Amino acid sequence: MRRRTPAGLVGAEPGPAHHIVFDGRAVPALSGQSIAAALWADGVLAWRTTRFGGRPRGVFCGIGACFDCLATVDGRANQRTCLVPAEPGTVVTTQEGHGRADLAV
Amino acid sequence: MPTSPYEFLDLVVIGAGPGGLAGAVTAADLGKRCVLLDGGHSTGGQYYRHPAPGLGAARPDRLHHGWSVYTGLAERLAEHERAGRVEFRGGHHVWALERTDEGFTVHATRGPDAGDRVAVRARAVLLATGAYERQLPFPGWTLPGVVTAGGAQAMLKSGLVLPGQRIVVAGSGPLLLAAASSLVTAGARVPAVVEATGYLAYARRPHVVAAVPAKLVEGAGHGTALLRHRVRPRLRSAVVEAHGTDRVTGVTVARLDADWRPKPGTERRIDCDAIAVGHGLLPQIDLATELGADTLAGPDGAVALAVDAGMRTSVPGLWSAGETNGVGGADLAIAEGELAAHDLAGAEPKRSLRRRRARLRAFADLMAAAHRPGPGWTGWLRPDTDVCRCEEVPVAKVREAVEELGAGDPRTVKLLTRAGMGWCQGRMCGPAVACLSAGSGSAASESGAGVGAAGPDRRPFGCPVPLSQLAAGEPDA
Ligand SMILES: Cc1cc2nc3c(=O)[nH]c(=O)nc-3n(C[C@H](O)[C@H](O)[C@H](O)COP(=O)(O)OP(=O)(O)OC[C@H]3O[C@@H](n4cnc5c(N)ncnc54)[C@H](O)[C@@H]3O)c2cc1C
Ligand code: FES
Repeated sequence: MRRRTPAGLVGAEPGPAHHIVFDGRAVPALSGQSIAAALWADGVLAWRTTRFGGRPRGVFCGIGACFDCLATVDGRANQRTCLVPAEPGTVVTTQEGHGRADLAV
Repeated sequence: MPTSPYEFLDLVVIGAGPGGLAGAVTAADLGKRCVLLDGGHSTGGQYYRHPAPGLGAARPDRLHHGWSVYTGLAERLAEHERAGRVEFRGGHHVWALERTDEGFTVHATRGPDAGDRVAVRARAVLLATGAYERQLPFPGWTLPGVVTAGGAQAMLKSGLVLPGQRIVVAGSGPLLLAAASSLVTAGARVPAVVEATGYLAYARRPHVVAAVPAKLVEGAGHGTALLRHRVRPRLRSAVVEAHGTDRVTGVTVARLDADWRPKPGTERRIDCDAIAVGHGLLPQIDLATELGADTLAGPDGAVALAVDAGMRTSVPGLWSAGETNGVGGADLAIAEGELAAHDLAGAEPKRSLRRRRARLRAFADLMAAAHRPGPGWTGWLRPDTDVCRCEEVPVAKVREAVEELGAGDPRTVKLLTRAGMGWCQGRMCGPAVACLSAGSGSAASESGAGVGAAGPDRRPFGCPVPLSQLAAGEPDA
């Protein structure tokens, strides 16, 4: 039996995948997916480390309420990836701590 | 509908879930001109969340019960939009409601830049901002792969993705069965659905349950899907620990007593690569409580807006529909949206609508009472368990603030420990901090009253607002 998938369940026929860039690596994304969804589909669950413990974090609430899924997107720190759409060529970088280390003087 | 700078609307509806959508189209049916705002880019809210058009889903109904109800509402909305009676504006996060002489100014943000600030003026506001999930921390809950039950639903319904292949569903409340049933139908394995209560409370009030046949059909649908995939709920049990270093690799499940205290010696380990967890929902009512709207605590301890039979809040000109009035599901939200629209338009609703709402509310109260968290849940915490995810504040710090520094309420605990001061403004840790602040053995902690009932949370901004927009003058839209 063919394995069931979410896309198979709803009879989805998305166009060809485009790509976003995650920490320098191309990750496929489907039109209409959020950045977080594209990363999950690629098996990536964490893209931030916490400010104090340096612990990995990714999506928790999935609806924009918890702020655990923050990443640096196209150079802008602290973006909620569960809300931001994955556009072709979007550059996503793992965010460490405040995400502003590069601005520190 | 073009809105000129000084245009004044009859109504702004905040939230395009079942409640707000039904409210907006019914108000338009009754001749009102309104704008429907939502932070998301499409209508539907949590229940009718669906794949973005780009994903080309031919059968979105397979992830929803009652999909045709949504498409019916969406068609009516489109018709009213064509006639210029309603305008849906997605991507608008409302951060404050301001009362004015003529009604309200609704402040929203569309993005990070100074020019993204929007203000809409109207005589009346219908608040339909829904709910967010109540979380209770447990050791390991900050590991990647631990997601909320509603979040797993949301990511699946909108992005067609799963957090893992073997997903334990845990916590309490009807959303767990809905989530588990979608996850297995979409191809995940669900080795266990772990529910903290029994379902006995439902059986004790059979007449309330029997009065809402649609709920039974929906419940039976989840049950059938779960049986087909051999998923059996483990009742009176909880995930007391998630294992793993960089992501979840398994959980420990233990049996609970009637107060939700874990029973020693009953622990069992289950392998998994993700956990979907939630303990019911909490109404999202900050926009109204900032205006001083009256609230009341529901049977599950969650604080909701107090409304009259016409869905009017205590703030003149402000109505509320759906889960802002207490959690109760999509059908109830729709009934309340329709009732609110009639009331604000001065029209008499059908008696059957009022009766439907009363039946669904009674069922919601029964559910809420059945799944009210017991005070013993703190028994699964360890001193190093983070309570506040944002500020990384462990249980030991909160207990120290209460027991050694004498903090007797959540506000003082927050000031001493920073728990609840992070980005999420206490939405994730609020219930837990309230419980722990009540101290062990106090009346509040024994009754479980801390779990969401410590009075409405005060949040001056309904969502984060870029400073540049606060500094900028108020625009017109
Ligand atoms: C994450 C999550 C997943 C859920 N999944 C299910 C499910 O699968 N099955 C089920 O039976 N029930 C589910 N529920 C329960 C669900 O809340 C109700 O069944 C139903 O959707 C409630 O309708 P509503 O209109 O009251 O609110 P909602 O459907 O929650 O709609 C509220 C809307 O308001 C918008 N909003 C909130 N705040 C603002 C703001 N400040 N500015 C602008 N817009 C705002 C939100 O974006 C949302 O679209 C879920 C709840 C949550 C929180
Ligand atoms: S996952 Fe919670 S804000 Fe994105």
